Amino acid sequence: MTKSTIELPPKGGFSFDLCKRNEMLFKKGVQPPSFRKTGTTIVGLIFQEGVVLGADTRATEGPIVADKNCEKIHYMAPNIYCCGAGTAADTEAVTDMVSSQLKLHRYHTGRESRVVTALTLLKSHLFNYQGYVSAALVLGGVDVTGPHLHTIYPHGSTDTLPFATMGSGSLAAMSVFESKYREGLTREEGINLVCEAISSGIFNDLGSGSNVDVCVITKGNVEYLRNHVLPNPRTYTSAKGYSFPKPTEVLMTKVIKLKEKVEVIEGGDAMEE
Amino acid sequence: MSIFEYNGSALVAMVGKNCFAIAADRRLGVQLQTIATDFQRIYKMHDRLFIGLSGLATDAQTLYQRLVFRHKLYQLREERDMKPETFANLVSAILYEKRFGPYFCQPVIAGLSDEDKPFICTMDSIGAKELAKDFVVAGTASESLYGACEAMYKPDLEPEELFETISQALLASVDRDCLSGWGGHVYLVTPTEIKERILKGRMD
Repeated sequence: MTKSTIELPPKGGFSFDLCKRNEMLFKKGVQPPSFRKTGTTIVGLIFQEGVVLGADTRATEGPIVADKNCEKIHYMAPNIYCCGAGTAADTEAVTDMVSSQLKLHRYHTGRESRVVTALTLLKSHLFNYQGYVSAALVLGGVDVTGPHLHTIYPHGSTDTLPFATMGSGSLAAMSVFESKYREGLTREEGINLVCEAISSGIFNDLGSGSNVDVCVITKGNVEYLRNHVLPNPRTYTSAKGYSFPKPTEVLMTKVIKLKEKVEVIEGGDAMEE
Repeated sequence: MSIFEYNGSALVAMVGKNCFAIAADRRLGVQLQTIATDFQRIYKMHDRLFIGLSGLATDAQTLYQRLVFRHKLYQLREERDMKPETFANLVSAILYEKRFGPYFCQPVIAGLSDEDKPFICTMDSIGAKELAKDFVVAGTASESLYGACEAMYKPDLEPEELFETISQALLASVDRDCLSGWGGHVYLVTPTEIKERILKGRMD
């Protein structure tokens, strides 16, 4: 066997190369890094015709607001969406991965994805990693068997519920649901209740903030209402902005002219041989 | 001490009208001792795509070498340059691969698309993307940079105004951070040219 001399790009899966070195650093008293979290309020509820999902739009890194308007409702399949709370990289990666598995499954079977399929894929991945992949999810969708709503915990346990909340603002949001949810809500009532629950998270939980995203999934139709409510608009910008009378002191300037783009015209006559 | 504070860094990228700017400080230190004052933190992937790497310098350079390798493989296979969005996904995937033993590195990516639309993005050390329409920051001076950019940034700035804004934001921020500073390095990229400038800053 000849051994390849260059390192080929890996095929997938985690790499634990740096673990030993990092462990050594931590033992020497270096603090482990903090990751970007979505200290979040995410909710979902079942109404007459389908499912409504909702999320706030704040991402935090410790006490700092890293993103004021991030997207927490992730696409899984045309009829299934998923809200994510926890470590931002984990929620993003786990939903993207399952979303691609679902697409391959659809190509294989030629049928619409079912919510339970997504649920099983998600929970088996999370259970495999024993809670170290810290994604807390609210999964919702409408398939051939009707509307479904599930919550998935980082350790891989799941719930099937008529209304659900997750993230640091889950208590604030659940208090709204517990007092106002009933069976057979209309579409309008469903959206309004989700907005109210998210707003309760935005205003009462410090980890959640900014705007309300809503996603309404019904049989054969999805309505993604990005920034459906904007309760915290920016009011402190001056119309003129800053101007800088004294220019910055520049020590050196190097200008590189870029080549003009060459348009390739396709479909022309082929060159004669 | 956090490992991100070992070498010290300040990185910022801003979007203007059909252009973008990416800027960094020039200090390389080992905790409070300064090792170099002409350190390069921003790298060019191709003419219209730049990446700045803040955090632990050894990891930044290793990561850069891996990114160049992957980008060259892509260029050979596809016979074209990578789109900024594609490159951001690549960086994110490479970082997330090391989810349980990360590179101590926070990248800032800035690029112009084929339609001359600017793209900026930052990530944490395990590849959680944050796409922004206005500005992104990273490094030990990130908190002061958030403040400076939030106040100084205006949408749709012309290239030279954008240069002035990003330079002022950078210099103002690194003055409030012991671990970064010693001047700045700014790349201003428009559809026709790249302007690379070295800024004079405080030497303390």
